[in-house]
Amino acid sequence: MLKSVRLQLGRLGHNFIDSIWRVGSMTRFFYLLLSESGTSFKRFRLVMREVYFVGVQSFVIIAVSGLFVGMVLGLQGYETLQRYGATESIGMLVALSLVRELGPVVAALLFASRAGSAITAEIGLMKATEQLTAMDMMAVSPMARVIAPRFWAGVISMPLLAAIFSAMGVFGGYLVGVVLIGVDSGAFWSQMQAAVDVRYDVFNGVVKSFVFGIAVTVIATFEGFDAPPTAEGVSGATTRTVVSSALTILALDLVLTAFMLRASD
Amino acid sequence: MPEDILVDVESVNFSYGRRPILKGISMRVPRGKVVAIMGGSGCGKTTLLRLIGAQLRPSAGTVRVDGEDIHALDPEGVYRLRRRMSMLFQFGALFTDLTVFENVAFPLREHTQLPERLVRDLVLLKLEAVGLRGAHQLMPAELSGGMARRVALARAVVLDPQLILYDEPFAGLDAIALSVVGRLTRKLNDALGATSIIVSHDVVEVLQIVDYVYFMSEGQIVAHGTPEEVKRSADPQLRQFIHGEADGPVPFHVPTREYAADLGLATPSSGGARA
Repeated sequence: MLKSVRLQLGRLGHNFIDSIWRVGSMTRFFYLLLSESGTSFKRFRLVMREVYFVGVQSFVIIAVSGLFVGMVLGLQGYETLQRYGATESIGMLVALSLVRELGPVVAALLFASRAGSAITAEIGLMKATEQLTAMDMMAVSPMARVIAPRFWAGVISMPLLAAIFSAMGVFGGYLVGVVLIGVDSGAFWSQMQAAVDVRYDVFNGVVKSFVFGIAVTVIATFEGFDAPPTAEGVSGATTRTVVSSALTILALDLVLTAFMLRASD
Repeated sequence: MPEDILVDVESVNFSYGRRPILKGISMRVPRGKVVAIMGGSGCGKTTLLRLIGAQLRPSAGTVRVDGEDIHALDPEGVYRLRRRMSMLFQFGALFTDLTVFENVAFPLREHTQLPERLVRDLVLLKLEAVGLRGAHQLMPAELSGGMARRVALARAVVLDPQLILYDEPFAGLDAIALSVVGRLTRKLNDALGATSIIVSHDVVEVLQIVDYVYFMSEGQIVAHGTPEEVKRSADPQLRQFIHGEADGPVPFHVPTREYAADLGLATPSSGGARA
């Protein structure tokens, strides 16, 4: 019994120390990534190529998801608001929910699953097939040539994808609220216009999505770069990217929201 | 007159954690020669190659490339030296998202500002040398193992390196591809005036193309000489390796307890008996 408890405690301690090590390694990786980002700006087409892979190719899933989320918000919002005779506020509810929270958070979660996992798998496989070592032996830094362009592509794409998600969501809410249910179109848009503040709502949403973009791409590139060079290693790293990104996004969202609400008081 | 040495490895030790891999390795590679490092799997030959390329650091000893202690250099110094060397990997390590042409052009685009026409001419010249000019538009996934190795060879020599490191260049090739890659290795080395170090366990092919051979076993150099000297050697370990004998100084069986004991049939005197 005592032995089993000791074993469990030992395992817990080992996992804790291991986690601290990984955070340290990731911080060092992030520092190296930033210090070797010069190539990405001097040869910006390297970043644009990656924007296509992580951003443009995520467009459809983000747009369709945004539409559905907006439509569901419209339905649920109408259901609740009609109890208080405030169905005209549905535009405001949909827009505020999307711009402040759901747009950045859900778009980032989708981005982590679609683009983050792809980045990890690609870098992990490049490592497993010695492509990164080959590059390093050619005196070309993999950090500057492979990792940094993907990182900056993610940082650029994420706020744009979150904006697309929110815009499609508002459109979905409009389809359900105005076209399907028959809420007055003027009330829908004017309430939204009156309630949504550019500084506190839109700007804060953009800040969130920017921070999530950094978090997801750092996790994705680190996991790929750190993956053991085996099939098992790459698959494990891909799973870790999705799980760690999701938890990090939600935790960061809580922290950012708390700061933003305090700042707006 | 002393020989002109390009790579000088002196008393190098290396270990992974507490497990020693290389123990006091010393070897010299003269300029312009093709030198092989041979030995069974796990003897540390690839590790030695990676130490020469500065991918790993020795725990003791020095590796000098063209007179410079490669492990005493800062990262920029290592990259400066690596621009004069290249490495061919076991399975080619071609960039899978680039065509054959772009793979060979990669070092040129990264390290030079040559106009596109000149890049094209140089790439086609190197692809012609390995017989794959006609495959320049293919993707790596469309190539056979031998073709991929030849493309990697063209990419390795595109900047006319002084030193070419080959990590198991013949692994997994059929007889024809093996002979083609072998002959190309020698031909390109002589045509470019380069120096080559080949890590391989492919005895027949390697002994045909190299000038000198180092034999390794358990992290140490156990014999060295010209291919003729090696073939004539009476050393039992060397003879076992060259003639591919299953058992000898390198045992067929991994050391363990008696077979009978594992099967539960051993007598009490063997110490492994079960009640």
